[in-house]
Amino acid sequence: MENVTEDITPKSPEMTVQPTVEVQNISKRFPGVVALDDVSLQFFPGETHAVVGENGAGKSTLMKIMSGAYTPDSGTIYLSGEKVSFSHPREAQEKGVSIIYQEFNLLPERTVAHNIFLGREPSNLGALEIRKMNNQAVEVLKELGVEKMISPIALVSSLSVAEQQLVEIAKAISFKAKVLIMDEPTAALTYTEVSLLNALVSRLKQKGMSVIFISHRLREVFDISEKITVLKDGKFIKTVNKQDVTPEEVVFLMVGRTLDHYFPPLGAPEDFGEVVLSVKDASNQILTGISFMLRKGEVLGVAGLQGSGRTELAQSLFGVVPFKSGKMELHGKAIAVKSPAKAIKNKMGFVTEDRKSEGIAPRQPIRDNMLLTVRAVRTLFGLISKDGVGKSRRLVPMLGQQVDIRTDSFDRETQFLSGGNQQKVVLAKWLASDADVFIFDEPTRGIDVESKASIHDMIRALTKKGTAVLMISSELPEIIGMSDRILVMADCQIAGELPAKSSEQEIMLMATGHANVNGSNKAASVGEE
Amino acid sequence: MTTTTINSPETFSKAVGKLWGWIKKIPPVYPVFFIIFIVLGMLNPSKYQSANGIMTFLRTASPLAVLAIGEMFVLASGGFDLSVGAIVTFVVLVSSKLLANDPANAASTILIMFGFGLLIGLVNGVVVSFLKVPSFITTLGMMLLVRGGALYYVGGAPQGYLTDNWRAFGRNYIQNVPLFGRVPYALIILLVISIITYIMLNRTNYGKQIVAVGDNVLASKLSGVRVKLVRVVTFMVCSTLAVAGGIMIGGYGGVNVTIGEGLEMQAIAACVVAGVLLGGGKGSVPNAIFGAFTLQAIVNLLNLLGLPKPYTDAVQGLIIIGAVAYVGLTSQKKQ
Amino acid sequence: MTTVTVPENWIKRATRSIHIPPVFLFLIVIFLVSGLLDQIYSDGQIFSNPAIMLNIVVRSVALGIVAVGQTLVILGASIDLSVAYTISITAVMSSYIMLGKTANVPMAIASVFGIGAAIGLANGVIITKLKVNPFIATLGTSLIIKGIINATFTNYTGSVPESFQFFGYGTIGSIPVIGSIPVINSIPVSIVIMLIVYLAGWFLLARTKLGAHLYGVGGNSEVARLSGVRTDRVLIGAHILCSMTAVLSGLFLVSQMQSGAPWVGPNGFYDLNSIATTVIGGTALSGGKGGVWGTLAGVLIFGILDTTFNQLGVNPYLKTVLRGAIIVLAVASYTIRSKKDAA
Repeated sequence: MENVTEDITPKSPEMTVQPTVEVQNISKRFPGVVALDDVSLQFFPGETHAVVGENGAGKSTLMKIMSGAYTPDSGTIYLSGEKVSFSHPREAQEKGVSIIYQEFNLLPERTVAHNIFLGREPSNLGALEIRKMNNQAVEVLKELGVEKMISPIALVSSLSVAEQQLVEIAKAISFKAKVLIMDEPTAALTYTEVSLLNALVSRLKQKGMSVIFISHRLREVFDISEKITVLKDGKFIKTVNKQDVTPEEVVFLMVGRTLDHYFPPLGAPEDFGEVVLSVKDASNQILTGISFMLRKGEVLGVAGLQGSGRTELAQSLFGVVPFKSGKMELHGKAIAVKSPAKAIKNKMGFVTEDRKSEGIAPRQPIRDNMLLTVRAVRTLFGLISKDGVGKSRRLVPMLGQQVDIRTDSFDRETQFLSGGNQQKVVLAKWLASDADVFIFDEPTRGIDVESKASIHDMIRALTKKGTAVLMISSELPEIIGMSDRILVMADCQIAGELPAKSSEQEIMLMATGHANVNGSNKAASVGEE
Repeated sequence: MTTTTINSPETFSKAVGKLWGWIKKIPPVYPVFFIIFIVLGMLNPSKYQSANGIMTFLRTASPLAVLAIGEMFVLASGGFDLSVGAIVTFVVLVSSKLLANDPANAASTILIMFGFGLLIGLVNGVVVSFLKVPSFITTLGMMLLVRGGALYYVGGAPQGYLTDNWRAFGRNYIQNVPLFGRVPYALIILLVISIITYIMLNRTNYGKQIVAVGDNVLASKLSGVRVKLVRVVTFMVCSTLAVAGGIMIGGYGGVNVTIGEGLEMQAIAACVVAGVLLGGGKGSVPNAIFGAFTLQAIVNLLNLLGLPKPYTDAVQGLIIIGAVAYVGLTSQKKQ
Repeated sequence: MTTVTVPENWIKRATRSIHIPPVFLFLIVIFLVSGLLDQIYSDGQIFSNPAIMLNIVVRSVALGIVAVGQTLVILGASIDLSVAYTISITAVMSSYIMLGKTANVPMAIASVFGIGAAIGLANGVIITKLKVNPFIATLGTSLIIKGIINATFTNYTGSVPESFQFFGYGTIGSIPVIGSIPVINSIPVSIVIMLIVYLAGWFLLARTKLGAHLYGVGGNSEVARLSGVRTDRVLIGAHILCSMTAVLSGLFLVSQMQSGAPWVGPNGFYDLNSIATTVIGGTALSGGKGGVWGTLAGVLIFGILDTTFNQLGVNPYLKTVLRGAIIVLAVASYTIRSKKDAA
C-alpha cells in the first residue's frame, strides 16, 4: 500500500502531453487533522479523471485547493506548466479552473443569466448590459444543448433540480474553463439524468477540457472516467486506468480491505409478518391515488426518477405534507397523520434525505440530538435525565453502541462529526423513538463505503426485529440490494410494484412509464422467491 | 520508585492541562465581570467591597438580569423580542393608574400585570408561529402597540404614584441577614427566577427543544418537536419575565413615561456580551445574568470615573461590539 | 451578436416568476379607505386638495430617503439601526457648521457626507471584518454616535441659511392648470430629490454590477464569494450608501427645522420605521429578495395613515397602537402563505 507511487505509469505516452493541471507535494492540515499529506497528481486535457476515496480521504480538500477556495500549507500547483497560486476562487476561475460543488450554489431568487454570470456580469462602467448578459447565457446554454429547455430570464427557483444542475454546469463552463471539477455532481440526479450528464461530459472532453470527477458512486466513476485516482486518509494511494481494474479492486484500495458483500441478505419469507401500514387511494396537493401495503419485517424499496414524488411520499406519510384524502391504516387502525409529532406518537420514524438541513441540530451535543424524538413527544415541562428518558436512563450510551458512533464523548457538538457519524446520530435518534415503521429517504447519500455497509446492516437488523421499513433511494443498486419488494413511482403516482432482485432495466422501464402493464402480475408473486 | 518520579511530572502536567482545558471553557463574561468589579472596588472600596455596597449594586443590576434571562430564551430559540422595554413602561404606567394610590390594590394590580404579560407573549408567539411574521417585526409592532396602549390608557402622563408595597420588590431589603447584613428583595426574586429558568432550560424537555428549534427548525419539526407550541411558550416566558423586571424597575425607579425605553436593546446586549448567539441554538441562564451584571458594572465604573452620562452610551456601544467581535473571531479561529 | 428568439414556454415561465408584491395593493386599498373616511368625516378636505396630498408626500420624504438605504442593506442580509442617530448628527453638525451663512453650506454638506461615509464604513467593516452580527454592530455604533452627540449638543444648535431651506420648502417648475381644477402648479424640491434617490436606488439594484452582487451577497453570501464576488466590499459599499441616505434625510429635516437638534433622529423612529417600511415593501429581512419600489409604497402607506389619523383626530397614542398593528398585519399578509417557519 505504501509503495505504490511508482505505479503512476511513468512511461505512459501521455507524459509527452503537457498536463492541464498538475499538483505537486500538496499538504494541508486543519486543527487536529492532516487533510492532505504530500499529494502529487496530474490531470490531462481531453480526459475524465475520477478522484475517489472515503469521507475524509481529502478529495474535497484537494479540489478546494485547486479551485482557490483553500490555500495549501505547502506544495505547488501548475496550470499548463505555469506555476500558479490562487488566493480567491475568482483567480482560479479566471485562469480556467471551474468547480461545481456538492451543494447547490445558485441564488434561487435570481434569474438563470444572473446566476451564470454572478461576479462577472458584462458591464460598462459598472452598469449592467443585461441584454448582452442574457444573450451570452443563451450561448452557454447552447453549448450544453439545453437552450430550449432553460430560459436565461427564468428564476432559478422555478426550475427543477435537474435543470438547476444544468445551470450549475453552464455557470462552470462559461468561464472558458480548461479544467472542470465536479464534486459529487450526481448526488441529486437520477439515473437518466446521470446519463445526460455523461453525454455532456464527453462533449466537453472532445473540446479538450480536462474533467475531474468526484463521486461516491463507483458505477458512475466507471461509466464516466478513464482514469481513477484513489486517496486515503489524505494520502495519494494510486492512479489506475479504468480498464485495468474492477470496482472491487478500487474499493479495496479505498478502504484497505475487501468488503465481501455490499448488502446484507434479503429477508426470508418467515421474517415477513402482518401488514403494519396500509395506504389506500391517498392524495394531496402533490401525490395522487397512492395505495400500498407495508408488512412487518420487510424492506419496501421506493424507486423513481427525480421529481417522481419519492420524497413527497415520505413527507406525506409522516405528516409533513399530510394526505388530504384516502385512507391510511397503522396496525389495522385508521389514522390521519397531520403532523410529524402525530406520526412519532404512532411509532413512525423518518430518517430524512438531507442530513444537514433536516437531520441534526448541529450545535447541540450528540446526546441531545439522539434524545430529541423522545423528548419531543413527552410533557413539555417534564424533567429530563441526562442520558435517557423515564426509566431507561442509559439510553444514549446504549444507542451509541448500537449504531457504532465513533466519538470520545457524547457532549461533543454534532456538527464536528463526520458525515457518516452524523447519519448514525440521526439513526440513533429514531431508534430511540422506538418506532416500528421506519421511513428511510436516501439513507446513504454522500456517505463513505464503510459507513454505507454498516447502515445497510442496521436497516436489515431492524427488519429482523420486526420493524417495517420503507426505503427511498435514487441509487438503483441500493434499491435492488436491499429491497424485499420494490415500489416504483412516476408522475407523483405509484407506477407499479416489482419483486425483489428485479433488474435495473425493469425498474427504469417502469419509472419512465414504459412498463406498468406487467407490474401488477409481478406484484402478485411477491414472497414466492 | 523510578517510575513514580518519572510519572509525577507527567501526571502533574496532565492535571494542569485538564485544569487549563476547564478554564478555557469558562465564558469570558465571568473574568470580565470580576475584573471590572475589582477595579470598582479599588476605586471605591467603601461602596464595592462592603457587603452593603455589593447588595446595593445587586439591587440595581437584578432587574436587567431578569429581562436578560427572558430575552435569552427568545434568542436561543432563534428569535428576537423587542417588546421587552415597552412592557416595562406598560407595567409602570398602567400600575400607577390601577393602584389608584391605594396599597390594597397592589396584589390585584400585580396579578393583572402578569396576566397582560402572558397575553402579550401569547400574541407575539401566535403571530410569529401562525402568521409567520419574523419576530423582529412582530415584536417591533408589539412594542408600538404596548407602549401606545399604556400611554393611551394613562392619557400620556403618569396617573398617581406607585404605592410603597408595590415598590417594595424593587426597592426594599430584608434587614439583619447574618453575613450579608441586608439582602434586596430584587436579588431574591432574581435567584428564584434564575433557579426556575435554569431548570426549565437545562432540565426539561421544553428547554432542550428551545435550543433545538433555534439550531435547526426543520430537523426539530421532523423529530416531532411542536415548534409552534415551543415558540409561543418561549415568548410567554420572555414577556412574563419582562413584567417581573418591570415591577422591580418601577419599584426602584418610580413612575416615568420613558422608564422602559431602550431596555430591550440592553437586554439583548447583555445576552450578546454573555456569548448568546443571535440566530439561536445556545443559551445559558447564569451567563445571561452575568452579562447583565457586567453591563451594569460598566455603567457604574464610568460614573465613578466621572464620565458624563452620554459617554456611558458610547462606551457601552464599543463594549458590545468588542464582545461580539471577540466571540466571533475566536470561534472562527477554532474552525 | 445573434438575436435570440424566445421559445414560448420561456415566456410562461418568466411571467410566472414575476409577481407584483401585495404592498401596492395595500397602498391602493389604504388610499381608497382613507379617501372614503376623509369624505365621510371631513368632507374630503384632504383627498380633494392636491396641495395637501402633495404635502403628505413631503412629510414622507425624510423616511422615504433613508428607507432606500435601509432597503439596500437589508437586501444584503444586513440591517442598519444607526440611521436615526446618523440623521441626528447630520442635523446638528450641518446647522452648527452653517451658522446661518450661505457661504458655509458647501462646507457643511461636505462634512456631513464625510461623517456619513465614515459611519457607513465603520458599520460595514465591523460587520464584515470583525464578523459582528449586523444588528449588534449597528446598535453599537448607534450608541456611540448617540453618546457623542448628547455629550456635545444638548439643544438646537446653529441655524441653516434661508438659501438652504430651499431643500425643505422650495418648489420647482409649474404644471399647467387642467381645466378648472386647481391642480398643482409646482412641485416641492424635496419630492423631486426623493424620487431621484428612488430612481438611483432602482438603477443601482437592477442595472449595475454592485446591485447584482448585493442580491448575491444577500441571497447566499457563500455562493457569491465562491462566484468571485468581493462580498465584503459589496456589503461595506451598501452600508456607506445607507448612511449617505440617512445624511440626506438629516439635511432635509434640518432645512425644514432651520436648526439642528440631537433628538430629531430618534424622535422620528427612523431606524425602526425604515426597517418596517422596507419589510412591508416586500424586501425579505433575510436578504436577497426585494427592491426599492415596494419600499416607496410602504413609506407612502405610512404617510397616508399619519395624515388620515391626524385628520380624524385620532389620539396620538392610539396612532402608535394602530401603526404597530398595521406593520404586523401588512407583513403577515406576505408571510402567512409561506411554507417556511419564521423565527
